[in-house]
Amino acid sequence: MTDATADLSHAPLTTADGRPLKAALAESLAVRRRRAFLLVAPLFLFILISFIVPIGQMLLKSVYNDGFSAHVPALSAWFDANPPGSAIDETAYAALHADLVEMKRNKTAGVAGTRVNYDVAGTRSLFTAAARGAEKMEPPYKEAFLKLDKKWGDPNVWRAMRSAASPFTMDFYLAANDLKRDAEGAIVPVPEGQAVYKKLMLRTLTLSLEITAICLLIGFPIAHLLATLPMRKAMLLMIFVLLPFWTSLLVRTTAWMVLLQQQGVLNDLLVWIGVIDDKGRIQMIYNQMGTIIAMTHILLPFTILPLYSVMKTIPPSYVRAARSLGATSWTAFRRVYLPQTLPGVGAGGLLVFILAMGYYITPALVGGADGQMISNLIAFHMQKSLNWSLAAALAAQLLIVVLIFFWIYDRIVGIDKMKLG
Amino acid sequence: MALPVYASPLEKLWHYTYLVLCALILLFLIAPIIIVIPLSFNAEPYFTFTEKMMTLDPAGYSLRWYDSLITFGMQNPEAPRVIAFWWDFWENATWVQVTKHSVIIGVFATLISAGLGTVAALGLTRPEMPWRKQITAVLISPMIVPIIISATGMFFFYSGQWVPGIDAQGRFEWGRLAGTYPGIILAHAALGIPFVIITVTATLSGFDQSLVRAAASLGANPRTAFFRVQMPLIMPGVVSGGLFAFVTSFDEVVAVLFIAANDQQTIPRQMWNGIREQISPAILAVATLLVIISVALLTVVELLRRRSERLRGVSPA
Repeated sequence: MTDATADLSHAPLTTADGRPLKAALAESLAVRRRRAFLLVAPLFLFILISFIVPIGQMLLKSVYNDGFSAHVPALSAWFDANPPGSAIDETAYAALHADLVEMKRNKTAGVAGTRVNYDVAGTRSLFTAAARGAEKMEPPYKEAFLKLDKKWGDPNVWRAMRSAASPFTMDFYLAANDLKRDAEGAIVPVPEGQAVYKKLMLRTLTLSLEITAICLLIGFPIAHLLATLPMRKAMLLMIFVLLPFWTSLLVRTTAWMVLLQQQGVLNDLLVWIGVIDDKGRIQMIYNQMGTIIAMTHILLPFTILPLYSVMKTIPPSYVRAARSLGATSWTAFRRVYLPQTLPGVGAGGLLVFILAMGYYITPALVGGADGQMISNLIAFHMQKSLNWSLAAALAAQLLIVVLIFFWIYDRIVGIDKMKLG
Repeated sequence: MALPVYASPLEKLWHYTYLVLCALILLFLIAPIIIVIPLSFNAEPYFTFTEKMMTLDPAGYSLRWYDSLITFGMQNPEAPRVIAFWWDFWENATWVQVTKHSVIIGVFATLISAGLGTVAALGLTRPEMPWRKQITAVLISPMIVPIIISATGMFFFYSGQWVPGIDAQGRFEWGRLAGTYPGIILAHAALGIPFVIITVTATLSGFDQSLVRAAASLGANPRTAFFRVQMPLIMPGVVSGGLFAFVTSFDEVVAVLFIAANDQQTIPRQMWNGIREQISPAILAVATLLVIISVALLTVVELLRRRSERLRGVSPA
């Protein structure tokens, strides 16, 4: 009997069909892992193909633009043969002429000119005009071009053409940060009046921060009230939070437009009470104030709900214990209650900040001129100016900031702890 | 919440200030939504309460904005309101058309995201799931990525010619999804998925796995155990996730602006146009109807949540 036990302890454990137990367990775990993954796979692929990859492709446009390079084979060859700084001689103009003749035939002068125009303003017409007369042009080409327009001798234009002759570029990131290259290729800030993007990015960050702060400040008492009231009353008041949450964003934005207009309900009310007179109606919408008020209202439920679910788990006896040990109500709140709500403050605050950064519709409708955010500018470059590469560069920068905060959210709160309603 | 008996006068004062503050904040939350309802019955084309409305004079109220919603876009808006009129309304009225579009897009997008999302949530909540965090992050991303970036990416993706199809002459060709209903439906399905994942995984994490083991010990095979035991119990969560996805689609305008063709208007897109061009009180009538829909949705979700809690009984929260 003892012999047998000793024997068994040395031999590896096996399953009924004689395989080592460890291997059998590992195999069964692998099977279960594969099964779990197969359940997730269809959705994962769907999101990957229809969402992640398209965004990646879009962002690629910020460093890749072949609007010019695809149409200037001869010029590209000349730029390859002559390093930067070499004199722009007759051969360069001859190459330019050959490409322009080709552009005229394919009607691509506008496309090519647009790409250089992003770099040096006012050059698009240079290309379209030159392409129009290209076929009739006689050598020597340098003189012919300079006679057509003196700008063709501008080293800055040639610098821009050399840079655009390669489809890969960082120029759009320079533009998105209010920088540009001068004639020597050095990076310099754009003139004061043209610098818009950094300012707008900064405004987006400050507006989002302000909105987050206001949301936390006014969401906190409501979450506290809901968490401490008896269940039945709390459920009733919860409707006040959940109804806005379930109401269409456009409806809520419209409602604020109606309320805040100069001829709207709130101004009428103020005039009626006598706080302001009829001439002193306050402009509360189509400016930053409109954006802040409407977005705070829309995002407030996203702060209240996480705060509420954290406060719900804080036993009221802790504060009572603090009081019984001699703490004033303020000290009990500050030293005992507040620290326990911090997970909720983090979750609600970060979520609101992340969502606020990317807001588009509300600022577009109620923001006026100074209440616009970076998203509105991305939309402008996508739909109006059609400078997709610049839009992509701005989008990439916004996305990086958002993803950094998403990563922090995951660190502090955990993605799987996210809850709605 | 009641004030303790030992509270000092200062604490009492603070307590009532706090209650007043809370009341004001709740007013801030609900007032904009409530205010559009009476204003939509305004007899005048103003966005404020007229004197007649304030004195509750019936002449100050009218259904004219609702009437303009009905007749807008109809061929014969002046016709007598008999069957032919209502047929015209059903076939041609703009708001009916956009509602149809929104409902069709919303229903199919919801079916896709709720179906795929529930299956994925089942996998994600299994303890042996590999790379759970990373995959969840990817699946949640449509909610986090700014909508303008998502819409732009989708615009390029759905404008690409990679869909096999047949042209007018019956020859094979590569088509694009932009400007088609399947394109918008797929885009909205992607945007709705985070809500399904979040809601269903929350439900599943509160699900008592021993119930499945109990079913198995009583002789149920995995399929029976899933369909007869687990599925009915997580159904409320799936339905509320689906409702979230539906509302997301029903309320979505940016992706539609980028992907849809000009004749593919939805309710939010029509509202967006209305607000941007010339805002008329008819928009408030639409808003009122949408508020009623959201009240109905909120009620359904609340009932589902209660049912889910009851079904779970004393199981771990």
